[in-house]
Amino acid sequence: MAMNTADTETVVYSRPDGLTDTSTHYCPGCTHGTAHRLVAEVIDEMGLKAKTIGVASVGCSVFAYNYFDFDFVQAPHGRAPAMATGVKRVYPDKIVLTYQGDGDLASIGTAEIVHAAVRGENITVFFLNNANYGMTGGQMAPTTLPGQKTTSSPNGRDVETQGYPIRMAEMLATLEGASYVVRRSLHDPKNIRLAKKAIRTALEVQVRGLGFSLVELLSTCSTNWGLTPVDSLRWLEEKMVPYYPIGDYKVHTEIANLRF
Amino acid sequence: MAREMMKGNEAVAEAAVRAGLAAYFGYPITPQTELLEYLSRRMPELGRAFVQAESELAAINMVYGAACTGHRVMSSSSSPGVSLMLEGISYVAGTELPMVLVDVMRGGPGLGNIAPAQGDYNQIVHGGGHGDYRSIVLAPASVQESVDLTVLAFDLAEKYRSITVVLSDGSIGQMMEPCELPPMQPLKTKFPDWAVSGADGRERRYLSSINLDPAAQEVTNFRLMRRWQEIEANEIRYKEYYMDDARFVVTGFGSAGRVALSAVRAARAEGIPVGLIRPVTVAPFPNKVYEEIASRVDGILVVEMNSGQMLDDVVRATRCQAPVEFFARMGGVFMLPDEVLDEIHRMVKGPLTTEGHPRDRWLNRVNIGK
Repeated sequence: MAMNTADTETVVYSRPDGLTDTSTHYCPGCTHGTAHRLVAEVIDEMGLKAKTIGVASVGCSVFAYNYFDFDFVQAPHGRAPAMATGVKRVYPDKIVLTYQGDGDLASIGTAEIVHAAVRGENITVFFLNNANYGMTGGQMAPTTLPGQKTTSSPNGRDVETQGYPIRMAEMLATLEGASYVVRRSLHDPKNIRLAKKAIRTALEVQVRGLGFSLVELLSTCSTNWGLTPVDSLRWLEEKMVPYYPIGDYKVHTEIANLRF
Repeated sequence: MAREMMKGNEAVAEAAVRAGLAAYFGYPITPQTELLEYLSRRMPELGRAFVQAESELAAINMVYGAACTGHRVMSSSSSPGVSLMLEGISYVAGTELPMVLVDVMRGGPGLGNIAPAQGDYNQIVHGGGHGDYRSIVLAPASVQESVDLTVLAFDLAEKYRSITVVLSDGSIGQMMEPCELPPMQPLKTKFPDWAVSGADGRERRYLSSINLDPAAQEVTNFRLMRRWQEIEANEIRYKEYYMDDARFVVTGFGSAGRVALSAVRAARAEGIPVGLIRPVTVAPFPNKVYEEIASRVDGILVVEMNSGQMLDDVVRATRCQAPVEFFARMGGVFMLPDEVLDEIHRMVKGPLTTEGHPRDRWLNRVNIGK
């Protein structure tokens, strides 16, 4: 018997209101799209869209303002936390977030991110760590793993001359002004769900005026890693997660028991 | 309103507050620091935003963020600090945002010293940051003029969605003079339709200086330059003294112009027919004023506390119609009226020429550093 499904269809998956109806420029296999969606879903769920101002950075996410459907400004390389500070100090009741990559946040922008945390600036930072400079074609970043080959470390990162990768979440968690600093990964559905909860908690921290919040999201870069999307997820899990452990590095007592 | 004895830097800070400054971001550097210190007390007292940033890089980007909201925002610094800000300044220009910057110039290049100088003229007037943009640049010569031009700077910045720089120096910033402060303006409550505030009941807005399509970027650059033409047509300001019957002219901006006025008065007392032009807007530069005087005077003496950065603009504007001479002190050495008076005597005595470059003649006749 033919079933008429027209009036029994239920929408189970659609574009969040927080995202525009625009195809992204991200490469196949890149987890930026996942991260964008998670942030937008949380903004929707919390009803924050009309009061959120985002700050895009320089790198692959430079065009984030094209994809998020709320007000956005776009910062010079590394300066997003400073620009976010400017916006937030003028509009303390708005939600101000930055979306930055590891070249931006962990290299040229270290002073800005450290001091935003030092001041306990009431902003939320989403930090995508994919262990290389994606937009400029895969150069070594401060987050590049020991031995990892990139276009500017063709023989693999030599820690004797190029130093060890920087663990930003652990470093920032030492600062009194930081209220919520965690690391999550986007390599499988379980971890993606955990990442979304962390994004939610970070924005709750800001809504409650508790100070600086940051979620580091371990991400893939299939194009520059030279791996298929599936192999990229595996590489992330097997190589990056051991060096960059998933965990809660700083959690303000007021939100320690929040559950979503 | 009563006149008050105020230090230049503090007077500028209070003038900005009264002009409706909503947010200030800065970093300590001599000889500008009193401006930051004053606002660290004054802004919180009024419930307004103040942040001492971790660097000038951060300060200018905090200003950039706050400027995106359309509020009145400002930073201040001195020469090396302004160098650090130039990246952000270019972005602010590319995003077409109003912003006020106070540069209290000191001796350089490099770390230099903390004495007054005018070596940032090229950096501020002729760009400094990357790409095609212009800033409005106002050059005060006294504490009172610093106050008045600070208020004007906010109005011009908003009117033209432009960076406006108050180009001061260590002497004006540090000296105390009586001045009359402007009335207190309320903070703005209405913001332009480009400003971000959260997309509440309207389409989202974004502000950016990126434009990957060269043709679209060119449209932006044309818009900036056409706006600059409008600024050139409307906003040129200068002061002239004793010009009606002048056969000779001295010209300089800011402190150099003020010192030159003392020398011109002394020369007038001797019966020498000399006048003074002091540009108040060094950008836009009063080209036509110089072109016109060059056609009717016997000689022009440019005085600066740099190596002749404005001199090049005067030479260009006068088109060799009149002989131009040059005198300067540099590196933080302050110019004295007697030195300028000696130069006036030399100019009047002649012979003068339109051949060669005035900077070369100056370097050849001065013995310092030989």
